[in-house]
Amino acid sequence: MSSTKSLDKMPVGVLGGGSFGSAIANLLAENQPVILLTRSQEVAESINTTHINRGRTMHENVTSTTELKVVAEQCKLIYPIIPSAGFRETIKSLAPYLTPEHILIHGTKGVDVQLPEGHDLTADYKLNPKMVNTMTEVILQETVVKRVGCLAGPNLAAEILNGQPAATVIASHFDEVIKIGQRTLRSPRFQVYGSHDLTGVEIAGVLKNVIALAAGALSGLGFGENAKALLISRGLVEMIYVGKNLGGDIVAFLGLAGIGDLIATCSSPKSRNYTVGYRLAKGESLTAILADMEEVAEGLNTLRISRAMANYLGYRAPLTETIYEVIYGEKTVEEGLDYLMKFPFYVDIDKSMFTN
Amino acid sequence: MATKVHNSDGWLYDPILPDPETWPIVQLSKNREAFIEELVRLSIENIKESLGNNPSSIKDELAKTLYTEKIRLNQTPWKADGPDEKDFWSHVKKDMVRINAGHENPHAFGHEDLIQRIVKRYAEEIAGIFDVQAYNFAKGFTTFMFARLLNASQGKGLARFFDSRHNLHDKIHLIGEIDHVRALAQKGTVIIVPTHFSNLDSMLIGWAIQSIGLPPVLYGAGLNLFGIKIMAWFMNRLGAYKVDRRKKNALYLETLKMYSELSLRKGCNGLFFPGGTRSRSGMLEKRLKLGLLGTALQAQRMNYVDHGDEAKKIFVVPVTINYNFVLEAQSLIDQHLKISGQAQYYVENDDFSTSSKMMRFIYKFFTASSEIAVRYGAPMDLFGNRVDEEGTSFDPQGNEVDIQRYFYSNGEISKDLQRDAEYTRMLGDKIVESYHREAVVFCSQILAFAAFRIIKTRHSKMDLYGLMRLPSEDLVMKPKELMDAVDKLVTRLRELHSNGEIQLEKEILEGSLSNIIKKGIANLGIYHAKLPLMYNQEGDFESQDITILYFYHNRLEGYELHKVIR
Repeated sequence: MSSTKSLDKMPVGVLGGGSFGSAIANLLAENQPVILLTRSQEVAESINTTHINRGRTMHENVTSTTELKVVAEQCKLIYPIIPSAGFRETIKSLAPYLTPEHILIHGTKGVDVQLPEGHDLTADYKLNPKMVNTMTEVILQETVVKRVGCLAGPNLAAEILNGQPAATVIASHFDEVIKIGQRTLRSPRFQVYGSHDLTGVEIAGVLKNVIALAAGALSGLGFGENAKALLISRGLVEMIYVGKNLGGDIVAFLGLAGIGDLIATCSSPKSRNYTVGYRLAKGESLTAILADMEEVAEGLNTLRISRAMANYLGYRAPLTETIYEVIYGEKTVEEGLDYLMKFPFYVDIDKSMFTN
Repeated sequence: MATKVHNSDGWLYDPILPDPETWPIVQLSKNREAFIEELVRLSIENIKESLGNNPSSIKDELAKTLYTEKIRLNQTPWKADGPDEKDFWSHVKKDMVRINAGHENPHAFGHEDLIQRIVKRYAEEIAGIFDVQAYNFAKGFTTFMFARLLNASQGKGLARFFDSRHNLHDKIHLIGEIDHVRALAQKGTVIIVPTHFSNLDSMLIGWAIQSIGLPPVLYGAGLNLFGIKIMAWFMNRLGAYKVDRRKKNALYLETLKMYSELSLRKGCNGLFFPGGTRSRSGMLEKRLKLGLLGTALQAQRMNYVDHGDEAKKIFVVPVTINYNFVLEAQSLIDQHLKISGQAQYYVENDDFSTSSKMMRFIYKFFTASSEIAVRYGAPMDLFGNRVDEEGTSFDPQGNEVDIQRYFYSNGEISKDLQRDAEYTRMLGDKIVESYHREAVVFCSQILAFAAFRIIKTRHSKMDLYGLMRLPSEDLVMKPKELMDAVDKLVTRLRELHSNGEIQLEKEILEGSLSNIIKKGIANLGIYHAKLPLMYNQEGDFESQDITILYFYHNRLEGYELHKVIR
C-alpha cells in the first residue's frame, strides 16, 4: 500500500519530556519525525533551537511544542509518558482533539485512583480495587480512543539515552497497535516484543517499583547479592499475588515487563525508586529526599495504593506492609528487615496462586 | 413507568412504519433468490479467505465438514432436518471420493462446486420466508390469545375467557428509553439484545417489540424448534432464521454469520440473545457470545465502504427482562449446579420439546400473575458510545464522534478482523455494564438475596454444595434478622439507584420496609412446588428449597451487596 509509506513519514507524538519520555522520543526519531510535548516554553525552544532538553541531547528529528492540540492534529500515533498523578488531567485536556483514528501507547508505570470526595489515602484506608484504574482504563474512560497499548520493560532511561542496547514489550489487545509500535520504535539497538496481555504487562510494570524501593534500602544497608535475590524472588511472588487482585494475568510477570524490569530497577542506582530506598537506609528523611528529586518516584504512590487495597480485600502482603511502614517512618529500615526475617513464611510458592 | 395509552389496536404505540412495503424484511423476502445468491457468493469468499485461499486447506475443510456432518446425521437426527438430508450428503461424499481420486465427474467440477453446493444448502436452510399476512395474523392472534389467557387464568377457567378486564400491559410493564429506540429505528438499523432467563423471553420480546411500534425484526431460532410443525410455520413467516447448534463446521458458521451481516446491511432490524442460552445460575449475563455481535460490526464497516458518509448506522439496544418468577428456575439451577460441580454428563432439559408442553408452559405463565418488567436500555452505537435521537454519537465528555474512523488505518477504511474482534469484545463489555444498570430490582429479589446471605453467613465455612444440602431446620430465620438485612440492602440499593447504577421497582423506592417485605414474600417464586421463602407456622421465615432461593438471590450478584449485610 502506498499510504503505508506516507504514514511512516508522519510524525509521532510523545507527551512528556522527562528522562524516559526523552529516551523514547530519541528512539522514535531514528525512524520518523517526532513531536515532543513539554510543559515549559523555554525547554521547547531549547529543543527546537539547540536540541538540548535540560542537559539531554535530543535527536535532530525531535521538535517540541507545549500545545496538546498541535500533537493531536499532526500525529495519529501518540506515546503519553507522563507521571501517573497528572495522567488523567493531561488525557482529559487532550481528549477534545482526539479522534477514533488515534492510537495511544503509554509508558507510565503507575495507577490512577479516584477516591470519593473528602477521602484520603491514609494508612488504614480501605481501597476498593474498582477505584483503581490502569492508565489504559483512564484513556478508555476519558477519550474516544480504543486502540490503546502500553510500553514496559527494563528501560532505564539513562542507558537508552547513552545508546546502550535494550528491549521493551508493547502490550495491546490490538495486533495493529503492537505492529505500529514495533515499526516506529524498533532500531538496531532496541528490540520490541509484543504481548496481548495488556493488563498483566501494565500491572507488572507498576508493582515492580515497590520492590525497587526495598532493593535500594538493602543496598543502602550494605548487603550483598543473597539478600537482593531473596528480595527479588519474594517480591515477584507478592507482585503476582497483588496483580491477580487487580485483574492481571500472571504470565506477564515472567516477561520483560515483570522479572525483566524488576531485575533492572532493583540493581541500578539510576532507578529513582531504588534511589529513594537507598538514601532512606543511609539515614536521610523522606521529605529531604523528595525535596531534591527531579522526577517522580512512582513506587511511593503505588505503595500507598497497594497497601490500601490490601486493607480492603483483607489479605496479607507482608513485604508491601513492611516497606510501607519503613518509608512512612513507622519502622526503621533495620526493624523492617528484622520483622521480615522472622515472618513465618512456610512455603516458597503457594501453588493455588497459579490456578484460578 | 410509561403511561398506558392504547391505540385502537390495543397497542401502546403506533407503528413507526405503517406500510409493510417499506419494511426491509419484506424486501428481503421478495428478493429471496437474489439474496441467497449474494449470501452464497460472499460466504464462499470469506471461507476461502479464512483458509488463505489455499486449495489443500479448502480440501481439508471440506473433508472435515463431510466427516462431522455424517456424525451428526447418525447421532443426532432431528425432525427439522430436510427429508433429503441423507441423500444430499451421500452424494457429496461420492463426488468427493471421485474428485479426490482424480476422476472426472459430469455433475461436479471439483472442490469449488462442492463448496458451492454445501453453502447453498446451508443458506437455503438458514433463511426464513417472511410473510406480511402471516405476520399480521400472528400479531393479532398473540394479542388476542395473550389477553384471553390472562383473563381466563385470573378467574375460574373459561368463564372469563372473553372478559377483558385485565390488560396485558398491567402485567407486563414496558419501560425505559422507548421513544429513543423508536426514533433511532427511523434513522438506522436497530439490534435488540435482551437478557435471557426463560424460554418465554422470545415470545415476550417479540410482543414487546411490536408493542412499541417497531417493524418486525429478524431473529435466530434453534432449528430444533422447527420440528414442531405449527411452530415452524409461524416462525418461518415471522422473521425467524434457523440456527443449528449441532453444525459447528466453518462452512456453516461462515454462512450463518454472513446471513446476519448481509441482512443488517440491507437494513433489517435484528434481535438476538447475546448470552447464548438462558442464564442457568439466575445471574445477569457476564460473558456474552460475540459471534453474531461481530457480524454487526462487519455490517457497519461495509455500510461505510458502500455508502461513505451517507451510510446507515447500526444501533444496539440492551433490554432487561425482569421476572419475579422464572418458570424453569428449578431445572435451570439444577443444571447450573451440575455444570459448576463438574459433573461430566448432564442432560440438557428442553422444556419446549413438544407443542403441548409449550402450551402448558404459556398457560402457566399467565396463571402466575406476578409482574414482569421489560426495560429498554439506553441505545448505543457499536462502539458503546451514547447516541442521541438523531443517531449522532458522543464521547463521555459530550464531543461528537465520527465512528467511521474506528475503521481507519493510515487514513482509510481497512479490513482488520482482529481489530474488529476486539471492538466486538469491548462492545460486549458495554452491553454487560448496561444490563447491570438497567436491571429492574423487585422486592422479591431483595428478599431472596437477604435470606440466602443470612443462611450462608451462618455456615461461612461451607462451600456451595454443602449449603445446598442443608437440612430444613437450618433454613429458618427470625423476622427481625431478615428485616435488618433487607433494611440495609434497601438503603444501599437506593444509593446505587441515585447514582444510576441500577433500577428499582416503585415499592422499593418509596415503600416502607414492611411493605417491601410483604410485597416481596407475596411474589418471590410463588408458583414453584416448593417455595423459596415463606412464613412458617411459628411466624418465622423459612425456605422450602434453598436451590431456588439461591437462583433468585443470584440476580443481585455483581453489585457487591453482600458487603452491606456481612
